[in-house]
Amino acid sequence: MSAVLAVRDLAKNFGAVTAAANINVEIAEQEVVGVIGANGAGKTTFVNMVTGYLPPSAGEIDFLGRSILGLRPRAITRLGISRSFQVAQVFASETVFDNMLIAFGVAEMRGPGLLRILHTESRARRVAEQLERYRISEYRDVIASSLPQGVRKLLDIAMAMVSKPRLIMLDEPTSGISIEEKFDIMDIIMGALREARTTVLFIEHDMEIVERYVSRVLAFYQGEIICDAPTAEALKDPKVKEFVIGKEYHRGRAGDEGKGEKAGA
Amino acid sequence: MQLAAVVLVDGLVYASYLFMVGVGLTVIFGVQRVLNVTHGAFFAFGAYMSATLIGLWYGADLPAFGGFLMILAAAVIVGVVLGVIIERGLLKFLYDRDEHIVVLATFAAFLVLEDVILLVWGHDPYYAFQPMQLLGSTRIAGLAFDNFNLSMIGISAALATGLWYALRRTTWGKMLRAVIFDREISRAMGINVTAVFLGTFIIGSMLAALGGAYLAPTISVQPGIGVEVIVLAFAVVVIGGMGSIPGALIGAIVVGISRAAAIHMLPQIELFVIYGIMAAVLIWRPEGLFAPVTARKI
Amino acid sequence: MTRLIDRTVIGLTAAAVLFGLLALLLPDWVRFIATQSFARGAVALGLLVLWRTGLVSFGHALFFAIGAYAAAFVQRALVNDAFVMTLAGMLGGGLMAFALGFLLCRYRGIFFALLNMAFSMVLWGLLAKNEALGSTDGMGVASPEFFGVELDGGATHLALFYFALSSALVFAIGVHLYLRSTLGSMSTAVRENEIRLEYLGYSAARAVHVKYVISGVLGGFGGALMAMVVGQVDPDSMAYWTISGEFVFIAILGGTGNVGATFIGALAFEAIRSAAFQWAPTVWQLIMGGTLLAIIMFLPNGLWSMVARLRERRAS
Repeated sequence: MSAVLAVRDLAKNFGAVTAAANINVEIAEQEVVGVIGANGAGKTTFVNMVTGYLPPSAGEIDFLGRSILGLRPRAITRLGISRSFQVAQVFASETVFDNMLIAFGVAEMRGPGLLRILHTESRARRVAEQLERYRISEYRDVIASSLPQGVRKLLDIAMAMVSKPRLIMLDEPTSGISIEEKFDIMDIIMGALREARTTVLFIEHDMEIVERYVSRVLAFYQGEIICDAPTAEALKDPKVKEFVIGKEYHRGRAGDEGKGEKAGA
Repeated sequence: MQLAAVVLVDGLVYASYLFMVGVGLTVIFGVQRVLNVTHGAFFAFGAYMSATLIGLWYGADLPAFGGFLMILAAAVIVGVVLGVIIERGLLKFLYDRDEHIVVLATFAAFLVLEDVILLVWGHDPYYAFQPMQLLGSTRIAGLAFDNFNLSMIGISAALATGLWYALRRTTWGKMLRAVIFDREISRAMGINVTAVFLGTFIIGSMLAALGGAYLAPTISVQPGIGVEVIVLAFAVVVIGGMGSIPGALIGAIVVGISRAAAIHMLPQIELFVIYGIMAAVLIWRPEGLFAPVTARKI
Repeated sequence: MTRLIDRTVIGLTAAAVLFGLLALLLPDWVRFIATQSFARGAVALGLLVLWRTGLVSFGHALFFAIGAYAAAFVQRALVNDAFVMTLAGMLGGGLMAFALGFLLCRYRGIFFALLNMAFSMVLWGLLAKNEALGSTDGMGVASPEFFGVELDGGATHLALFYFALSSALVFAIGVHLYLRSTLGSMSTAVRENEIRLEYLGYSAARAVHVKYVISGVLGGFGGALMAMVVGQVDPDSMAYWTISGEFVFIAILGGTGNVGATFIGALAFEAIRSAAFQWAPTVWQLIMGGTLLAIIMFLPNGLWSMVARLRERRAS
């Protein structure tokens, strides 16, 4: 099967600072790939380049066989790549329902269709279904700025999924969410993504999450990928241990590990 | 040669009082993020007060050169009184509101003050030529220029230098630059931002009033001078960079010389050339020619 | 909420019909002022569209003046017909907004406001010195005909009033429905989170451009109508920056919560100003300034918020 995303020799320099270099990755259909690395290692830069927000200094990006280099985020979204944000990007003064409504409107309408009424009965139904899919129906009429962090992240991802993308890139989906809630939230997200048969790539700091949900790991360090392997293998890799995880990783002590990871990363 | 001299001198004279008005406007914007439309009213009040005081002084047959003190007195009185009223009475309540609303509020205050002028001084024009006549004139390139106008250039230059010095070398100047750079960090460092806001506004108002006060002897002081000057001051501030004092100087010179050149060489464009330049600067470099360095928030 | 003909559409139509009937009983000068209010209200309606997008223009007198002068020009050069003149004004305003929009759609905040102001003052400067267009004296506008029918003075004013009223209704409903569409809802998206909109798949700049053109068309309409009503176009009363300020004043006075509110704001503005001229002519600017300050301080969502509050109280 040909790769969904193929990145060759991708690099990004800000003057003398190398944010990314020698990035070579191929992601296959419906893979779930985890991206790990210390802060500043180049993970978000990578996502920003693939989604068109940052122009690369060098390299190629192919999506479903065609180059998407130089395209703006809105064009790349239309082609089938979506992303969520480390800090959830929602319309803060609007209700959850209205947020979703706008997402559906923009995804579904083109040209003169954009002048049709946004809030139709059928669209409202689709919104309700999406809210249910992400288990946030009870927050339907809550203003987005008052949402608890976990719900806001779910809203962010739910909005990104409206366009039914082939590939979605999640930027730290569980950051800011309490340890007790993390797995519940991830179960919801990954369940919905699997149902939609979307290829997933997500940035994560929490190794337990990485272990549980991801089949393949890309480890970043100082802008380069130092390891690209199945999860178990990657987490035992000495380079990964030294530059990413920071210390010996112990199973079954969720509380400690969560804090330790954040301190080391 | 004569044309060049006229354009240069006229332009610099024009630039002088525009600098006085503009520098206050730009500093108030830099410190408080307020685009103060009321500034035009301060200018007008300064002119009227100056004309009145000069009239009283010479009417009382007091020593001739004291008239110049009246100009300064007018500026100080207007700046302090109106500055305090507007800053403490209005702006204080609006610092957390949308920036457009604040501009509208200053526009409203401007309308109110325009009528106050009419109530106090009426519709008739005022003349206060005495200081201008006192200084006589000089011949440059075969044309006679009033020394009073030339002195305006000198005063503005001194003002610019003084402000530059104050900003770079004094503690007060450093505090001001800190607040312009970042209000919250300044507050966290113990700077009394409220006092800085009030002080800046009063000084800015005094400068606008000084512009009007100094100009008064050269014009017929009548209703409407505030309306015209404020939009020119906007152009000055935009061209030079909002929040930058050297920018206000450059902006004033650009506007002054352009206007003088237009008046003497191409009168049809006189009224819009300035706004054309303003638009051009906004298009090419929205921050202005001398934008102050702004912190990049992570 | 999903029907096309919603509560607002019905309310606006009812209000317009009622006002139209009431107007038959009112004296001429009231209708005269009301017609001017509709002209200004239309411009403010354009500002409402921009306001919802998070943008304020301090230079909409640009489109007002273009509309007015276009109407005057068409009357001399082409045909003396109210509809044609109005269309010319709308077209002029729309084209200018389309051209400038390419540039302006990338600006936000105070820079957007000031760039608009700069352009409007450029036009003012051009008009004030243009001999062919009458310089500061401007040009006169003769009584317009309606579909070739020439009416006498009083009847023309009556016709203009109902023309203005029905146009205002059409525009108000149009803008309301527009704001309910996907493109219209992008106002909210642009105002709240442009990055999010971009990633959902639409260009914020293009959304702003569309809204700017709408505001330009409305501005042009207002100018053309005003030209016909007062019979005169000149730079000082149509292109100067204080006129732009009045439009923003009207938008704030009415409130941006409802499309009808801008016309209420315009009527209130005219009413206050006329009353001030009448009973306190020496301090009319003071009264206007004071009113604006009062609104900003005590009724930030405009007169409409009083209506909305009454509605809430009746509902509960």
